[in-house]
Amino acid sequence: MTAPSASPGQAERAAISRNYRPPGAVVIEIENVTKLYKMGEEIVHALRGVSLNVSRNEYLAIMGPSGSGKSTLMNMLGCLDTPTSGKYHFSGKNVSTMTDDELADIRNREIGFVFQTFNLLPRSTSLANVELPLIYAGLSPGIRRERAEQALRDVGLGERMMHKPNELSGGQRQRVAIARALVNRPSIILADEPTGNLDSRTGEEIMQLLEDLYEQGNTIIVVTHEEDIARHARRVVRLRDGLIESDARQA
Amino acid sequence: MMLTEIFRMALVSLGANKLRSALTMCGITIGVFSVIGVMTTVTALRSSIETGISIFGSNIFQFAKYPIGGGPGEGSGRRKFDMRRDITLQQALRYKRLMEGKADIVCLKVIDQTGGAQAVYNGRKTTPGLTFMGTNEYFLTSNQYTIDEGRNFTPEDVELARPVILIGQSIRKKLFPAEVALGKVIRMKDRTYMVVGVFADKGNSFGGSGDDIGVIPITRFYGDFGGEKRTVNIATQAADQMVYNDTLDKALTAMRIARGLKPDEDNDFEIYSNDSLISAFGKVADIIAAGSFVISGISLLAAGVGIMNIMLVSVTERTKEIGIRKSIGARKNNILIQFLIEAVAISLAGGVLGILLGVAGGNGLAMMLNASVVFPWNWAAIGLLVCSGIGVGFGFYPAWKAASLDPIEALRFE
Repeated sequence: MTAPSASPGQAERAAISRNYRPPGAVVIEIENVTKLYKMGEEIVHALRGVSLNVSRNEYLAIMGPSGSGKSTLMNMLGCLDTPTSGKYHFSGKNVSTMTDDELADIRNREIGFVFQTFNLLPRSTSLANVELPLIYAGLSPGIRRERAEQALRDVGLGERMMHKPNELSGGQRQRVAIARALVNRPSIILADEPTGNLDSRTGEEIMQLLEDLYEQGNTIIVVTHEEDIARHARRVVRLRDGLIESDARQA
Repeated sequence: MMLTEIFRMALVSLGANKLRSALTMCGITIGVFSVIGVMTTVTALRSSIETGISIFGSNIFQFAKYPIGGGPGEGSGRRKFDMRRDITLQQALRYKRLMEGKADIVCLKVIDQTGGAQAVYNGRKTTPGLTFMGTNEYFLTSNQYTIDEGRNFTPEDVELARPVILIGQSIRKKLFPAEVALGKVIRMKDRTYMVVGVFADKGNSFGGSGDDIGVIPITRFYGDFGGEKRTVNIATQAADQMVYNDTLDKALTAMRIARGLKPDEDNDFEIYSNDSLISAFGKVADIIAAGSFVISGISLLAAGVGIMNIMLVSVTERTKEIGIRKSIGARKNNILIQFLIEAVAISLAGGVLGILLGVAGGNGLAMMLNASVVFPWNWAAIGLLVCSGIGVGFGFYPAWKAASLDPIEALRFE
């Protein structure tokens, strides 16, 4: 949905241009990144020097067994964490040295999270959940509502806006989460085991939705340990022991 | 604009835990209620005293051995006044003579301090504990009594020490439920007096009934009960406000002469007026206020700790929510403000409720004491300020804790 239409009007262009980069432009640039954790006396090397570039409108899967550093890499890609050493540039901005609030702003504007457990606010309606990133972005109520409604319609939940999470099926909840991820028109959508809590048929529907979003020009990164899920991606990065084991494009 | 949204979020969260929020609020309500209740009562009484319910009539001052309320501090302060000479009837009469032409209304009063005064007529008795005193014909004017039936004392009654008595309504009702009181002889402390007048209803003021009263001529009082350990209170009424200070000056001179004081000796008697009564009441009120301040301060402190406690529980419970909010771009301040608002909202809601209850309760009490209804705006405003302060003060640490959570850890929390 961030791809420009044939002849966009001036206003429309302004609205979508903020995060717009032509397909192929580099969004994520990671160079020799390491991450150390102290677990009591022990020092854990979660990442031992990872380099990775992700371009606009890529569909990337990050795979690896548990303990491979996959979650750490995802947290770092999602600007929830900063590297111990190495460089991380997001859309040309150096993320490694940012403060917590600057990281919060990047997460708000540039990244859309989709979690395994959906992570919706349980007492809020679908609409309110999707509006939340826009509130923190400081948009006015009118624009918020309009964009949140549009995002919910885009994921096929136009009829479920006033439902609360516990009134929705798992697949519907994940759609709300995807609408929330989309609503700020982010540079990347970062999905962590997006089908992990869904049955296989619903999971397939969600993967189809991500596929559609990819087709519309979005950049998608899926973190998973399931080969079936990774098969949807056009590129698969495999991690082992904090290092990239392979990085391969697939049809 | 984002702030109003965050405000709304805070209220929604509070609404989700109604019972818990209400119970936490209760602590604040009780603390605020106690201080506002006391302040309302005191303010109501004070304004009533200042605007009309006077113990004396207007432009009256009084000389007495003891200050109102026994003086500052009971123990040693009281002893100082005990050491003074009593104001004798002779001194009082001399003073009255000296004041002739300067102030005509001079009321002398000596009150029976033994207690247990009881009026008896034909087998019927009043309760013991009547106010029983000797006085003169100016008692009515200076104490704002009026005659309902019969007559006031005449100067002759006082001069000749006649055994006559004026009684209050409650005595009349008790002793003469179905008869005329005038002309009847009643027994008071084993002496007999003829009823010549009945006071009109006086009503209650400041805890005592103004109708449980019997007064006889002061000369008769001394004749019947002796002059040992008695001291006369002298009330003098100036002709009007204009000459009040002038009259007071002359009265002081007259009183010093009557007491036989040398020029270099200090006054060995107290001077008080409505003004000094008001200020004396003000002192008592200040002590009550200070006391209630301390008590409600402590209870507000406890309530504040309660708020902090519940907010800490809330932060722990909502770790996941905080993680979600942070992951989608909430800044540290957004979270901090949200939790601070929750704490302040609990505190303020408790405060508002406490103020309403306190004003209602305080005015209820004030009305029972015949004072008029007031709304102590200044105390209400201070109350709200203090409550906001408590909310911010005790809500800050939990809110800061919430805002400082690591988003990754918080998201992992189940």
